[in-house]
Amino acid sequence: MAFSSRTTSPATVQNPSLSQDVVVALRDINLHFGNGAQRVEALRSVNLDLVAEDFVCVLGSSGCGKTSLLRVLAGYQPPTAGAVYIDGKSHNAPNAAVGVVFQRPNLLPWLSIAANVGFGPKMQGEPDFKLRQRVAHYLDLVGLTDASQRLPHQLSGGMQQRAAIARTLAANPRVVLMDEPFGALDALTRESMQLHLHKIWQQTQKTIFFITHDVEEALILATRIVVMHSHPGRIVQQIPNPFRNVLNSMSVSDLRTMPEFIRLRQRLVSAIHSVEGG
Amino acid sequence: MSLAIPRRRSAKQRLAIPRPLQGWLLPIALVVAWELLSRLGLVAPNLLPAPTTVLQTILTMARSGELFRHVGITLYRVVLGFGIGTLVATVLGALTGYSRTAHAYLDPLLQALRNIPSIAWVPLFILWLGIYESSKVTLIAVGVFFPVYLNLMSGIQGVDRKLVEVGKIYRLSQLQLVRRVFLPATLPAYLVGLRNGLGLGWMFVVAAELMGASQGLGYLLIDGQTTGRPAVIIASIVLFALLGKLTDSGLSAISQRLLYWQDSYGARG
Repeated sequence: MAFSSRTTSPATVQNPSLSQDVVVALRDINLHFGNGAQRVEALRSVNLDLVAEDFVCVLGSSGCGKTSLLRVLAGYQPPTAGAVYIDGKSHNAPNAAVGVVFQRPNLLPWLSIAANVGFGPKMQGEPDFKLRQRVAHYLDLVGLTDASQRLPHQLSGGMQQRAAIARTLAANPRVVLMDEPFGALDALTRESMQLHLHKIWQQTQKTIFFITHDVEEALILATRIVVMHSHPGRIVQQIPNPFRNVLNSMSVSDLRTMPEFIRLRQRLVSAIHSVEGG
Repeated sequence: MSLAIPRRRSAKQRLAIPRPLQGWLLPIALVVAWELLSRLGLVAPNLLPAPTTVLQTILTMARSGELFRHVGITLYRVVLGFGIGTLVATVLGALTGYSRTAHAYLDPLLQALRNIPSIAWVPLFILWLGIYESSKVTLIAVGVFFPVYLNLMSGIQGVDRKLVEVGKIYRLSQLQLVRRVFLPATLPAYLVGLRNGLGLGWMFVVAAELMGASQGLGYLLIDGQTTGRPAVIIASIVLFALLGKLTDSGLSAISQRLLYWQDSYGARG
């Protein structure tokens, strides 16, 4: 019913500029909670494609539906209408194709960092020697090799979150969803985590869907930036990030002082806060 | 000024008593004072015998083998009652903690029963089970049951929802979820329940043995009273304290080994 006006098949690419292979496709996602006067329209007609190696940052003030969108995308929350496709296949329950990193690391406190990172594959019965290799690889990727035998509470918040990212990547998902993963960290740690994540993304070439309300974070990390507004939650702007990959050639502090960077940041800040229809 | 700080610290270190010995200081002082008071005749020896007299009583009982018979039977009752109470509490606590339906059906009744002072069951147990072992063991089991049940149930209910979600994200089966997430997450509360239960077990073995037994440490209490031998009474109190402390230390050591991963205030170096 949501596709009645479409002639294309759901997984077909609509945007010609995104003609590479689409990993995730959101089609006409609507999400309502409650009924009658209490009815809340959390999401209205959300369409979004994620291609391989895409790093999409979703910007919006709190309550704009970005976390609802993530929950639909992860398969935790079935949409009222519309559908999610991953590699062309309908996705409606959590599975191995989607990995999620939350604001809190949620590591199992009784397991070592290495055991936490290998938790998913181990539970799926991966043989020991392969598991060890896999864990070593992802610990190395996030720079936690030296901390592998330590317990979560012995690590700093940033290191714990890196362990959580490694755990998610070790399950080898098609797409990684991140819900303000650095929101609980202090400013300095956050900055170093952004650089870490940028490197991880370049090395793994994962498709990442990243929620934040920090415009600078989006400009540092994203290949594309999506702006959402509330009441009802919807996408109001999608722009390619002109500063993608700029971190390879300049530092964050240099980037911050570029006039173009400042101008775009200003524009996005006002886009987030502009009144309905803005 | 800056030089004074290390000097003061080293002076303090010279006086410091090693941490494990600090707990012994007060009891030793009290025992010495007690001994002195008895020796000086300041307390009547037929009411409060000196610690050395108590020790002698214990040694005499040990030499005749009487001591081990009494300690053995008491220990047997506690261990059996503790085992049975723990077993039943673990099954029911796991059930009501894990399943909302089981909780709705079972928990109100168990909470109501919990409010009956356990000693109140004694006449009924004696009537049903006789005055021998079964009534005593049952009373101990009832005492052990409630703290274990309560701690396990609330422990399971209090498991961090986020950790359960982590288990679900990695598609754990129900069994894996219980074994890999619920079990370790519940362990701290469960072990606290076991320690409380064991404490109550020792309490109820005294009650059971006071009410009619021909052997056991509780019997020694009554025997000492009726034959006017306060040294026997104090000896059996001391033995209760020792055994209780010993078994609790055992459980505590097991807890610490199992909960090495906890970031707790008490575990600091």
